[in-house]
Formats: sequence, structure tokens, C-alpha cells
Amino acid sequence: MPVVIVDGQEIEIGADERLNCIEAARRAGKEIPHYCWHPGLSVVASCRMCLIETGQRDAATGKISMVPKLVPGCQTPVKDGTVIVTESPLVKESRARVEEALLIDHPIDCPICDKAGECLLQDYHFEHGQAERRADLHPFTSRKRDMGPTVTLFVDRCIMCTRCVRFTREISGTAELMVTSRGAKEEIDVFPGHPLDNKLSGNVVDLCPVGALGDKDFLYQQRVWFLKREANVCGGCSAGCSIFTEHNQDAVYRLKPRENPHVNKWWICDDGRYGWHHLHDSSRILEASRKAVRPDRRDNGSVTPAVETIEWSDVVTKLRADLKAAGRLAVAVSPMLTIEEAWMLCAVARSIDPQAWLAPGFVPVTGNDESFPGDFTIRAEKCPNRRGIEEVLALYGAGGRSWNDLVAHVAAAHADAAWITGGYPGPWIDTATAESFAGLGQLVVQDLFDSPLMRLASWRLPAAGFAERAGTWVNVAHHAQSFSQAIRPPAGVWPEGRLFWNMLGRRGLYDPVSVRQQIAGSSAALAALAGEMPATGVDLRIHQLA
Amino acid sequence: MKPNDPAITWLEERPLGLSERLYLPLFVQGLATTARHLVSPKVTVSFPEQRPTVGNPLIYRGVHRLNRDDEGRVKCVACFLCATACPAHCIDIVATESPWPDREKYPESFQIDELRCIFCGMCEEACPVDAIELTSLLDLTGKSREEMIFDKEKLLSVFDMTKDAEPMKSASMGGTL
Repeated sequence: MPVVIVDGQEIEIGADERLNCIEAARRAGKEIPHYCWHPGLSVVASCRMCLIETGQRDAATGKISMVPKLVPGCQTPVKDGTVIVTESPLVKESRARVEEALLIDHPIDCPICDKAGECLLQDYHFEHGQAERRADLHPFTSRKRDMGPTVTLFVDRCIMCTRCVRFTREISGTAELMVTSRGAKEEIDVFPGHPLDNKLSGNVVDLCPVGALGDKDFLYQQRVWFLKREANVCGGCSAGCSIFTEHNQDAVYRLKPRENPHVNKWWICDDGRYGWHHLHDSSRILEASRKAVRPDRRDNGSVTPAVETIEWSDVVTKLRADLKAAGRLAVAVSPMLTIEEAWMLCAVARSIDPQAWLAPGFVPVTGNDESFPGDFTIRAEKCPNRRGIEEVLALYGAGGRSWNDLVAHVAAAHADAAWITGGYPGPWIDTATAESFAGLGQLVVQDLFDSPLMRLASWRLPAAGFAERAGTWVNVAHHAQSFSQAIRPPAGVWPEGRLFWNMLGRRGLYDPVSVRQQIAGSSAALAALAGEMPATGVDLRIHQLA
Repeated sequence: MKPNDPAITWLEERPLGLSERLYLPLFVQGLATTARHLVSPKVTVSFPEQRPTVGNPLIYRGVHRLNRDDEGRVKCVACFLCATACPAHCIDIVATESPWPDREKYPESFQIDELRCIFCGMCEEACPVDAIELTSLLDLTGKSREEMIFDKEKLLSVFDMTKDAEPMKSASMGGTL
């Protein structure tokens, strides 16, 4: 195995691994500062922050010969016997000079810059810069330039790392961004008439190591040090990208991609990134209610259905009683549910009616899969867990069905009651389809927003949004990821998991991990879910291949 | 710390001397203190008819104000550093893009809950543009809790009220802008 010496510490790397000095040093626990290098982009070695000393140890004699000049660590591959020095006085002096040069033209408007607190220029200056400034200090306001519908450029804060330019050329393949002028006058700009409006545009903001590129959606909303982050999974499409939900006081402020080599690498699409606003929509359904048919005016015999609000603790018992009284039950298991919730829902349904007819809920599909040159795909299937619920339904002997089968089943009067779970962020059902459910004795609809189906429902139950759930989703490539709840749902809303947990008569708080262990133990197809789930998830086919 | 801790030195109480046992000298001493204060100038005032004098208004920590710049606009740049420094979490700011070309953002709303505030002065110290200051106004009263939540307009009016008596501290105290 090749051996690399980092600051005197010998580390082994894989025989066919192609690492640069930054990656090799990271294995030894040494962080080489860098701006322009990013593992997902091509190497330009232009920022000069990662300059280090390197050398080569002679395999036969053990003698080390150093390269006389500093070399960029991002551009220097390591091989057997490579010597890396990251802490020498020469290296430190070089870093301080780079920092000094970058700050000469920087506005130093950190108090009003949204990046402050997560800015590499701040962090590296604190760590590697010098305390004294030799150039004149002229704090000023950065010029603002509109890049497109989602991104604003603060021209003077830019340090010209060109990560954003390379991203649009290599990953999104749209190449809207460019560098204008030369030397000290270099600036980022868009080509005239071609604003930055591709579906991955938000990623350039994450890539920007300083506060030059600002996300219009997040600009001025919150200082980053107030935000808490929870490792989550995007529910926007069946790709299931790993994300961080960044929130404060039960309000989501932004979503950021979470590095996951198996799923989304370093990126997420704009649909997902800005797809959290429905969580805080004021038109969400917030209380559980039941349409009670009461004779209001006895004189002429007409009855007016009144809606009564039901306490959650009563929902647990009354819903069960109503469904039991109604007769044959049909249940739609929404692909927005986690597999834990889906599994418990099936168990609840079968405990109410042992012959309950289970089927997947509506699967929203929009357009076609969209692929980008950087090996990133936005899926047409706009739900995160179709594969997961199908696996769960197969456990209950209800595999191979679809939402249309359920509609046909109800329309053919094979059911007396239906329980439709939703959780869709947008409109999903038309009036004609909803009418198929009109003749049922009981119709339970659990969804985020009002819909034609919701208006017919005898039981209206609120649902939880993606950041308010806990559990496991299985994406289109059979990759399962577990996550916990990021924010609490609005007051008065029980997430589905809590309701099903209580309807099953389980004690204490809803614990998705115990449910997951139970599912893993009862199914060969889902056996990979047993034990501790890694942050990047597991491939469900691992056990089937072996 | 336990009573037998070696760090503790135990001292015996000193036995009373003759004058202490007689009691009378100490009694006279006490009476003398009372008599001295009877004839010396008073330090208390009949508040609120009479106003107490504030020693140094520059370092007094009373009601907050939001300073205006030369053009009469709010000086605050909505950087949230006061809200970050505040140990009582009494400052609530909503930032938005400023309507002026020379400024990037400004507070759309700026509220201080004066009931929650502990008047520590950390906000004044954290402010990078000397926009928030504590005045020497010390009698802060209101009839409801809502009334004691000062919004931007009210904080600016405190500035208008006090700017002549107490000029902005930045010039005399080495401010940044």
C-alpha cells in the first residue's frame, strides 16, 4: 500500500486511490485551507491558499528530497513516498500573504453580510491571517448585481475562486456564468441575455466560500448563527437527496445539500431547495374534525351536516369506532409517508378490518426525469417513498397495486369506508376522481391542504410536512435513509406517526427506530434497515445480492 | 466544601474587651452616626417631583434609543449583533433591503422589550455603527406590557427627545463611523 507522510505522520492510502494533497492531509487530520478547490469540480489552483511544501522519500535509501518552491496542494497528486508539510513557517507566511491580498479589495462589511458566521474568508483570516493590516482600511458597501431569479452577486465581496463558473459549466452544463475583465479588475457576470436560471442555480450559493453569491430566498432573513441544522432528506422527488434543514424556533429558513456520495453528492435542485415554503402556508389544515350529521331543523326534516373539532386523544378512539362501524375498509398509503408510518398504518387498518384493502396512495408525476452533465438527476416522480411503501404493502400481501386500482375498487362499491393519506404539498386530485369516493359511509382524508377529496371527507385530519416527520424513506434507487424530525408541526397537529402509534395502543412517545427494527426483523427485503443507520443511508439490495 | 476541608482556616471568636462588655461606648458611637446624618446634606430626593442628578450620562444605562444619521434615517444596518449579544433576548429585528443606494439593509422593524431588558448595555457595546445607545432616561413606566415593547418609531423618538441633551457618544468615545 502506498504510504504518504503528512507532517511526519505516515498514513496508508488505497493502492488505486487518486488523492491530492488536501485529501491526503485530511486523512491525517490536517486541514489545508483552500478556496477554489472543490471535490466535485475541476482543479484550477488559482486561489493559492493551499500552497504547501512537498517532497519525495526515496524508497531505497529513505532520503527525503524536498521541492524548493511551494506547490498548490489541490493540484499535486500523492503517490508512495510523497512528503507533505502543512505547518512550516514558509507555508504559514504564504497563507498570511494570500489572506492579506484578498482583503485589500474586500469591503469588510461582515456585519451586514449574510455569509458572516459561515464564511471561509473570515475563518481562514482568523486562523491563518495576520492581526495587523498594512493596507488602508476603507469599509464600503459592495456593488450588487442580479444574476437571475434566485441569486444575487455582491461583486466586491468576490475573491474570484470561480467555483460558481465551473459549476455552471461542469455540473449544470448551462454555462451562464463567466469572468469578465482581467487581473485586479476581474468580476463574475452572466452572459448578456442569459441570466442564471437553471434548475441547479442555488448550488452556486453553497459553493461560494465568501458572501459574494446570495440566495434571494434567504437574503436578510436570518443570521446564520441563529440557525440549527438537522440532517434530513428532501421530499421533493424520488431522488431523495440528503439535506440539512436549517431552522430556528420551529420555522425553516433554508435547506442546504448534505454530502452523500450514494445519492446527491454535493448538490440539490432548486425545486427541492425552495420546496419548503408550503410548511408555513397559512392555509394548512391544522385541526382534526368530523362531519357530524345532526338533525338541526326537525320541522321540515332536512339535516345540515355540522363540523365538530375533535381532540387528538379522542381521534384515536372515535376514528377506530367509526371505521369499525362502517364495514369494509380501503386504505391508501401515501408515498409521502415514511416506511415506519406506512407499516403502522397498515397494522392499524388490519386491526380495524382484518380484510382491509391496502393500496399505494396517489403518486404525483410531473414531466420526465431531468439529467445534468454532472451526474445529477431530478426525478419526474414527485414523492420520496414510493418504493418504500410498496415494500411495506408487499409485507401485508398487497403488492402490485396502484392508486388507480384503489379508485376502481371504491367506485365498484367493494368498500364501505376509505382512509386516504396524503401529505402532498400541492393540488393532486380532481373533482371527478374525488366523486368516486362520494358514496362511502366513512371517508377519512389526512392531508396538508384542502382538496376536492377533503371537502367530501367525513373525517378531516391534518398531515405533517417533510421536515416534521421522522422515519425512513427509500428512494428510486432502493437507497434507504433515516432521518429525525427537524421542526415541530404547527400547534394542534399530530404527525401521522404519532397518531398511528397511539392507535396501535403503544405506550410513550412515537419511536421510529423501534418500529424500523421491527420492520427489518420481519422482512427479508427490508432487512438492511436493522441496526444503526449510517448518515448516508443504506442500499436495500445489499442483502439480496449476498 | 466540607467543614474539614484543609483550605478552611478556623478562627476562634475574639473574647469581648471591657468597652464592648460595657455596651455604652458602642451605643454612643451609634447615636453619633445618627446625629451626623441628621445635619449632613440629604442624598435622597423626592422623586418624581424632584429629579435625581445622573452622575455621568455617557455611561448611564437607561432607556434605549436608535440614532439617526445626518440625513435623519435610522442609523441601524440590521446586522443583528445587538440581538446576538443580548443576554435577555429582548431585541427582535426584521431586516430587509434598504431603499437607499449607500446602504444594503436596514431594519424593517426593530423592537425592544423594555420589561425583559436588564439594561446591561451589551447591545450598545456590540453595535458596529453606534446606532443603538442607552440614554440617561431612568423613569420608564407604562400601563401595559404591550406599551413597554418599544418599536422602531418609539426608539427613534427617544433619540429626537434626547439628542440635544445627550449628543451621540460616537464622537466623544471613539466610534467607528
